[in-house]
Amino acid sequence: MLPEIGFGALVLAFTAAVYSVLAALLGERHQRADLVESARRSQLLTWPLLTISAVSLIGLLVNNRFDVSFVYEVTSRSMPTYLKITAWWGGQAGSLVFWAWLMAAFASLVTLRKWDRDAEFLPWVIVVTSTTLAFFLGLVIFAENPFARYWQTMSGDVVERMFRPAGTLPFVPQDGRGLNPLLRHPGMIVHPPLLYLGFVSFVIPYAFAMATLITGRTDDRWIHITRRWTLWAWLFLSLGLVFGARWAYDVLGWGGYWGWDPVEIAAFMPWLTGTAFLHSVMIQEKRGMLKQWNMLLIILTYDLVIFGTFLTRSGVLSSVHAFAQSAIGPAFFGFIGLTFVASVALLLYRWNALRAEAEMKSMLSREALFLLNNLLFLSVLIVCFWGVIFPLLSELVTGQKVTVGPPFYERATAPLFAGIMALMALAPLSAWGKSTWKTLGRAIWKPALLALLITLGLWLGGMRNLVAIIGFFLVALVTLVTLYEIWRATRARQKAQKEPFLIALGRLFARNRRRYGGYLVHISMMMMALGILGIELFQSETQATLRVGESINLSGYQVRYDEIARFPAPDGREVTRAVVSVYRDGKYLAELHPRIDFYFDAQQTMTIPGQYSTLADDLYVLLVDWQPVSAEQATFKVYHNPLVNWLWLGALVFIAAILIAAWPQPEMEVLPVRAADRSPLRVGASD
Amino acid sequence: MTEHPASASRPGVPLWAQIMIWSGLLGLLIMIGIGLARAQQGTIQRGDRVPGNLTLSLYQGYEYNGQSQVRFDALRGKVVLVNFWASWCKPCEQEAAELQQAWESYQSSGQVVFLGVDYVDTEPEARIYLKKFNITFPNGPDLGTRLAQRFRIKGVPETYILDRNGVVQYVKVGPFQSAQEIQMIIDQILLRP
Amino acid sequence: MTKRGFSIAVLLAILLLGVLAFFQPRQVTLAQGGTPTDDEVNRIARQLYCPVCENTPLDVCPTEACRQWRELIRQMLAEGKSEAEIKQYFVEYYGARVLSEPPRQGFNWIVYVLPPLMILAGVVLLFRTLRSWVKPAAVDEQEVEQLSADPLVRKLEEDLRRREK
Repeated sequence: MLPEIGFGALVLAFTAAVYSVLAALLGERHQRADLVESARRSQLLTWPLLTISAVSLIGLLVNNRFDVSFVYEVTSRSMPTYLKITAWWGGQAGSLVFWAWLMAAFASLVTLRKWDRDAEFLPWVIVVTSTTLAFFLGLVIFAENPFARYWQTMSGDVVERMFRPAGTLPFVPQDGRGLNPLLRHPGMIVHPPLLYLGFVSFVIPYAFAMATLITGRTDDRWIHITRRWTLWAWLFLSLGLVFGARWAYDVLGWGGYWGWDPVEIAAFMPWLTGTAFLHSVMIQEKRGMLKQWNMLLIILTYDLVIFGTFLTRSGVLSSVHAFAQSAIGPAFFGFIGLTFVASVALLLYRWNALRAEAEMKSMLSREALFLLNNLLFLSVLIVCFWGVIFPLLSELVTGQKVTVGPPFYERATAPLFAGIMALMALAPLSAWGKSTWKTLGRAIWKPALLALLITLGLWLGGMRNLVAIIGFFLVALVTLVTLYEIWRATRARQKAQKEPFLIALGRLFARNRRRYGGYLVHISMMMMALGILGIELFQSETQATLRVGESINLSGYQVRYDEIARFPAPDGREVTRAVVSVYRDGKYLAELHPRIDFYFDAQQTMTIPGQYSTLADDLYVLLVDWQPVSAEQATFKVYHNPLVNWLWLGALVFIAAILIAAWPQPEMEVLPVRAADRSPLRVGASD
Repeated sequence: MTEHPASASRPGVPLWAQIMIWSGLLGLLIMIGIGLARAQQGTIQRGDRVPGNLTLSLYQGYEYNGQSQVRFDALRGKVVLVNFWASWCKPCEQEAAELQQAWESYQSSGQVVFLGVDYVDTEPEARIYLKKFNITFPNGPDLGTRLAQRFRIKGVPETYILDRNGVVQYVKVGPFQSAQEIQMIIDQILLRP
Repeated sequence: MTKRGFSIAVLLAILLLGVLAFFQPRQVTLAQGGTPTDDEVNRIARQLYCPVCENTPLDVCPTEACRQWRELIRQMLAEGKSEAEIKQYFVEYYGARVLSEPPRQGFNWIVYVLPPLMILAGVVLLFRTLRSWVKPAAVDEQEVEQLSADPLVRKLEEDLRRREK
C-alpha cells in the first residue's frame, strides 16, 4: 500500500502545482481574484500532500521494503534506523522528493503572508514558485520515481516499474545495497538539508523579483518583502557549505576540507552572488540605486542554484559528489534554458523602468566600496564558473580531458579574497554618498596601527611567508576595525544615554541588528579566514610504516603506534582500528583511534582519521595500510593542520551573528518614502 | 521619485549589448547541451566505424607481427577483437583465460586479430597480469586514454569486435563467460565478406 | 593535425621512447640511495590526479589502482627520474587529466587568459559607471562630516569630537 499512497500523493501534489500555475495565470489575465485565490489554495495543498509522500517513503525505508528499488539502492538491513531515515536524501530520487518537499514548505510559507499591499505580486509569485515545484515533481514522477518496484517476468528478467506489468510477479531482494558509506556520517545528515534549504529559500526572492519585472511595479517593495528571506537563505547556504567542509574533513580522509571539486563549486557559486546581493541590496534600500544590478544578482543566484543542481545530477561533470548518471539530464537542461532565457528577457525588457538616479560625491563613498565588493565577488564567480565549465569546453574543442584543480582556483581567487578583506576593513567606516581619505584615515588609523604591530610581531617571530603576512595583517585589520567600530558606538551610546557599557552594547545590537549582526558576521568570517590561512599555508604531513612501539614525529608532536585490531562491527562493517598515543615534548596528550572501515554491502572502504584538536592546531592521523600478514607493521599518515579549528569556531559565531541580523524584530514604522534630498531619514532600525 | 514615466523614451539596452548577452547565453546553452549529450551517450555501437588512423602502441613481447605499434587501418581485411582491460580490474580476470583460449583457436588462421588495450594501468602490474594468464596476443597501453575516448568506454572490461571493414559488429560490456561465446560471435562475423 | 600539434606529438613520442627505453620494469635494483620514502612519493603524488577516479589527488586516493601508481612513482624515483619526467610519463600514459591544471599550451591558454580579461572589463565598467555618478559638490571637509549620512554615525562623530576636545 505504502508505495501507492506515496506515489498518489506525489501525483496529486504535481497536479495541484500545475493547476495553481494555470489558475494564477488565468486569474491574472482576466483579473479574477477568485481564480488567484484558488491558485493560492491549491499551492497550499502541495506541502501536506508531499508530507504524506515523504512519510510513506520514510516508512518504506525504515521497514526494509527492498521490493522498492530506491529502498534497495540506498539502505540495507544492517543500517541503523536513523541512517535509514536520512537515506531519504542519499539517492537521486529521494533527494528530489526532499527538494520538492522543502520547496513546497517555503512556497506555502510565502503564500500565507499578508498580501493586502502587494496583491499584484501574488499570482506571479505563485507562478514562479509553483513552476519550479512542478518541475521537480515532474522529474520525480516521470524520470526518477522513488516508489518504483521490482517485478520479475516469466523469463526471469527483473524490471523496475511503478505498477505491476502484466504477467509478472513481485520481486523482493533479500537485502539492499546499502547507503554509500561516505554518506553514513552525522555531517551528511545536516549537510544536504541545509544546502537544499539555502537553495530553495533563494527561490522566494527570485519569485518576487520576477513578479516585480512582470508587473512593472519597479519600486523597492520586493526588496523589503524578501530581505529576511534572503538572509535566511544565505544562512542556510553558508551553513550547508560549512557542514559540507566539516564532513569532508572528517570523512574523506585527505586532511583537508575543500578540494575545489566541481560540485563543491556548484554550491559555492550561488553563495557568491547571494553575498554580493546581500550587500548591494542595502544600497538600493538606502539610496535607491542599482535596481537593475540587484535584479541581475538575484536572477544569477537562482539560475546558479538550478545550474548547480543540474551539474550535480545530470552526469555532465564528473565529481566525487555526483549522483549516479540519470535520465533527468535533458529535462533539467530544458528547464535551465527556460529559466535563463525568461529571466534575461524580462530583465532586458524592464531595463529602462529599473533605471534610477544615481549620484554620489566621492569614489570612496560606501556605495562605491560596496560596488567594488560586488565586483570582487563576481570576479571569484567568474573564476569558479570558468574553471567548472572549461573541462567541458576543452573536451568539445580538443577532445582532451583536463582537470582544473586547486592550484588554478587558489592562484586566481587568493588576491580577490584579499581585496574583499581589505574592503571589509574600509567599507564599514565609509559613509553613504561621500567619504574622503581624511575621514576614512581618521577612523582607521588606530586599528590599522595595531594590526601593523601584530604583523610586525609575526615577522619578528620568524614568519617570512609573504602571503601569510598579508593574510594575517588583513585578518587583524578587519577584526580590529570592526571591534573598534562596535566599541566606539557603544561608548557613544554609553555617554549619550548614560548606560553601563554592557547594557549599551546590548542595546546597540538590539536596535541595529542588521548592522551589528553584519559586523559580527565579518568577525566570524575573519575567524574562518584564520583557519583557512593556517591549514592552507602551514599544513605539514608525513607518512611512514611503523612497527608497534615506533613513532612518527611531526611539528613537535610524537605519534606512537601502540596496537591494531580488526573486528566486525554490528552495522555491516569490518573495522581495522589502530591505537596510537600522541605526545608532545615527552608529555602524554591523548590516545587516537584512526581506522579503516570496510563496508560489506557497498564493497567500499572508508578511512576515518583520529584527531587531536586544540585552538592552535589539529593533529590528524590516518591509518593508510595494514596487511594482516605483517601484523607488526602499519602505515600511518599524519597531518598537522595549524589553526584549522578557527574555521569551525568561526562557523558557530557566524550562526549567532546571522540569528542576530535576521531575527524578526517588532515591526517599527518604516517610512517608505525616499525624500527628494536623499537624506536617509528612517525611523526604526532598518540598517 | 523612483518611477520615471518618461523612461520608456530613453534608449534601452544598446543593441550590441543585447546581441552579446544573447549570443553568450546561447553559446553556454549549446556547450552544456553538447556536453550533456556526450555524457548520456553510451559506448560506440554496432555499425559505427572505428577511425583508421587510431594506433595502439604495444608492450615489448606482445608486438603485432614484430611491430611495436599497430594502426587500425593496417588491420582492414581482418576481424579485430579489441578488449579493454586493466590489472586492477577484478572482473577482467574472469575472462582473461577465455580470451586467450579463443585467440589460440584463431591464431593460425591469420583471419582474426586480438588486441588487448591496457586501460590506465602501470606496466609492471600489467606484465604480471599478462604472465599470470599466459596471454600471448598483442597487448599495449592505451596512451593518454585515446582509444578509450574514441570507443567511449564506460569501464573495463569491455570488448568490441570489428568486421573486415573496421565496422563495429559486436559490443560486450562486462566479461565474457566462455571461449565458446567469443568464438560463436567471431565465427558469425567471419562468415560475412 | 597542425604543424605545432605534430611537433608536439613528435616530441612526446621521443620522450615516450626515452621513457620506455629507460623503464624496464622489475629489472630495476632499488639500490642506489635506497627506497624513496613515502613522503617523497606523496610529494609528487599530491600534484597528480587519479586517472580513474573523479577529482581525487593520487596521494589520498585509497583504491588499489592508486596504490599501484604510487608504487610506480616510487620506482621511478628510485631510478633517479625527476619530478618533471614522472609527470610527463603520467601525462603520456593517462592523458592530461592527471595534472591538477590544464597544461599551458594551445587551446588551454584560454582557461588562464579569459578570467583576468573579464575581470579587467568589469573593473573598467565599474570605474566608468562610478565616475559618471560622482557629482563633486563644492563641499569642504567640515561639511562632509556634518552631512555624514547615517544619523548614528553623525551622532558618533559629534560625540567623538566632543570627547577629543
